[in-house]
Amino acid sequence: MTAKRQAHAPVFAALGDETRLALVAKLCKGQPRSISQLTAGSRLTRQAITKHLRVLESAGVVHSLRSGRESLFAFDAEPIEEIKKYLDAVSEQWDQALSRLKSFVES
Amino acid sequence: MNDRIEKCIELKAPVSRVWRALTDYREFGQWFRVKLDGPFVVGQISRGQITYPGYEHVKWGAIVQKMEPEQLFSFTWHHSHDPNADISKEPTTLVEFRLEKIEASTLLTVTESGFENLPADRRLEAFRMNEAGWTEQLKNIESYVAPKATSA
Repeated sequence: MTAKRQAHAPVFAALGDETRLALVAKLCKGQPRSISQLTAGSRLTRQAITKHLRVLESAGVVHSLRSGRESLFAFDAEPIEEIKKYLDAVSEQWDQALSRLKSFVES
Repeated sequence: MNDRIEKCIELKAPVSRVWRALTDYREFGQWFRVKLDGPFVVGQISRGQITYPGYEHVKWGAIVQKMEPEQLFSFTWHHSHDPNADISKEPTTLVEFRLEKIEASTLLTVTESGFENLPADRRLEAFRMNEAGWTEQLKNIESYVAPKATSA
């Protein structure tokens, strides 16, 4: 099953929350997990966890699949890698700009 | 997830010199590679044209946020490569330059934050543009190092 992606996926917003970051940390290591597994050890209710998972899903960071009667959630690396690439590119541009500034003020 | 960029650089120049290079629009334009229409004024829009090779079609648009002499200069700017992009309507990130005197030098810290404001397709578009920019840069280097006989 493929993840449903929104064109304007607010990936940063989705990750700007500690609970969701913790969920991503659990999911990004391996196997798809059920809501029960993801709720275990958390102080939040199953409903609250499900809500957070849906936010991550709408940002394309995770997708859900069914296994029997259960919903499983799996991690998708692509949106996060895309953001990382973008930040790396902007970061590289700053390095270049600052090195030009350095020669400009030191000459 | 880290959604900000932070850079720190020591410049062997007095704070006053660095401040001028950052806030005088002509000096800023020289190292940043943008031709600005006019001086930076707090609360006002700064417009111009990027002069960086491969990005000449891109418009500069920023809103000056703070100018605390020799301490802090900040602006918000958009990341759009659409020539018709309007800074007053575009999502922006915040750029902050902080200056600190260290003996005869200046410690400059640059942070850019607020990337969560940018829609995903914009980030992708800008990333593609960045790749195009690199291709252009490599061409420039190539022609620069090419044998003199072929250059004008």
